[in-house]
Amino acid sequence: MLRERGWELSLLAVLLVFPLAVQDAYFRHLMILVLLWVTIGTGWNLLAGYTGQVSFGTAAFFGVGAYTAGLLAHHLEISAWWGLLLGGPLAVLVGFPFGWISFPLRGAYFALGSLALGEIMRLLATVWESLTEGMVGILIMQTFVSKVPYYYLALGLALASILVMELVTRSRLGYYFVSIREDQDAAASIGIDTTRYKMVSLSLHAFLTGTAGALYMNYMGFIDPQVVFSLSDISIMAILVVIVGGVGTIMGPVVGAFVMVAVQEIFRSGGFGGLKALTQAVGGGFLPVLTKYITQAHVLAFGVLVVVVIMTLPNGIVGDWSRIKRALRRG
Amino acid sequence: MDVLLQTLVAGLLKGGLYALIGIGMTLIMGVMGIINLAHGQMMMVAMYLTFVLFTFLGLDPYFSLLLTMPALFLLGAAVQRWALNPLLKVESLLPQNQVLMTVGIGMVLTEVMRFIFSSNYQSLKTGYSDATFFLGQISFSVPLTIAFLVACLFTSLMFWFLLKTDLGRSIRAVAQDAEAAQLMGVNAERIRTITMGLGAALVAAAGTLLLPVYYLFPDIGKPFTTKAFIITILGGLGSTVGAILGGVTLGLAEALGSTFLGMQYEDLVGLVIFILVLLFLPGGFKRLTKV
Repeated sequence: MLRERGWELSLLAVLLVFPLAVQDAYFRHLMILVLLWVTIGTGWNLLAGYTGQVSFGTAAFFGVGAYTAGLLAHHLEISAWWGLLLGGPLAVLVGFPFGWISFPLRGAYFALGSLALGEIMRLLATVWESLTEGMVGILIMQTFVSKVPYYYLALGLALASILVMELVTRSRLGYYFVSIREDQDAAASIGIDTTRYKMVSLSLHAFLTGTAGALYMNYMGFIDPQVVFSLSDISIMAILVVIVGGVGTIMGPVVGAFVMVAVQEIFRSGGFGGLKALTQAVGGGFLPVLTKYITQAHVLAFGVLVVVVIMTLPNGIVGDWSRIKRALRRG
Repeated sequence: MDVLLQTLVAGLLKGGLYALIGIGMTLIMGVMGIINLAHGQMMMVAMYLTFVLFTFLGLDPYFSLLLTMPALFLLGAAVQRWALNPLLKVESLLPQNQVLMTVGIGMVLTEVMRFIFSSNYQSLKTGYSDATFFLGQISFSVPLTIAFLVACLFTSLMFWFLLKTDLGRSIRAVAQDAEAAQLMGVNAERIRTITMGLGAALVAAAGTLLLPVYYLFPDIGKPFTTKAFIITILGGLGSTVGAILGGVTLGLAEALGSTFLGMQYEDLVGLVIFILVLLFLPGGFKRLTKV
């Protein structure tokens, strides 16, 4: 076990000591984001990678989780930490009618329905101002000043989601999921209730994503509909995390989360702030213009990345690892 | 009563344009079996093209139809030829690779336009943008009426093309059964490329026709992609007649919704219809019309 799991265990060890070794708040923040994306990506991978139901509506569950935590604090003055317990179940509740409507149908309905679900939730959170404060958003006081507690919570959540994944893929349930992905008719013909198991898969996805959303609210202290129900920054990002890392592999979302948060940050902050420092050192020239364009291009980079990854690495970094290694050796 | 009639007229006129958007989408759905989630973004590109032609060359939007439609035909065909067709040969776990690809393409189109034109709202003011005429108490916007008529013309042309020409028959054959069509000597890959081009050209026409009465910014593509798939679901996947009915229904419903519920609910109306269709009429109008 130690031998075949070598690099996974060393990664875990590094992650455990990371906040002790790195004091810089910015990198701690990035690692918290990575861990949140591991959780969300793992949930999406379970639904899409293992069960074959591609969802464009991850943001719906993420937002519901985040708003659950935020609204508890905002309206009822209960600690937002209760959202960590309630965010997941509420996201499942939202997913339930959606799955119940779209799973019995064949074809593109589920993908389209999930896209619509994300949009509906975003519009609702924008329009229903008496509940959600609309575009103003929700602001709560964070409990901890330090990032360390949030880091370990996010790490715990990420570990729990991977554990769920391990358990599910080894159990009968996991085989049901894969059989639905491979051939729904064949699965149904041997007595698997396909709608029911798709529902189970969706609920696990919604639960993990909702819990991650609640943690996000507690950590960031501020949310608004544009942020937590964003199609490109949440739903598409979740898809990218998994397809870059490797669809249908357990470690795929972990690798994908690191790569995608890095890509996002390189663009958003101009190479982790490096370009800015360079500009100050060199003093002007073309660099400020370049920085401006690069920071604007992060969504463009996402789009290009989707196109490139699907064409060249259809099974992601983990899935196509042997191919990558061969190519590297040859080159 | 007048308010209701006025709303219905406005909805019907917009519905004509929606039908044009929907037909392109449903053609692609029928032939490729995928939803094109870059459909609205292609329309946005056509709108910017119209905007540039008007602002810098002074070309009237109705004349620039002759340029935007071929341009978008080429864009659509290129996307299919070099981005989507190769995916058919790639082995992957995920069944919806091509749909994901269209999402990526949509994002690229939006962001490239944002680079060129910034996020600012643009609009195109022609002499007839605000022109209206009256039938009884009901006012008709001149550009929307022209748009409606042109949309009807294109829709009829499309029908003639699909029913009477060899190419149209090949497209329908591939939609029905790609393998059988190939056995009969139809080059399915070429048909797919042409179909994507046609879909893009139709949505380009809708964008160009809409621009004189609408505003424009890079993110405008997304809501129209949503509308396009709502229309397609409403009409029944792959059904051309359904797309027309679906487009008109969505136009009417949005108009009624924004008049009687409030402007902010306009986008929600479409999504609610989408859910209702999935619940009570999965398969859409195709189930009723059988075509």
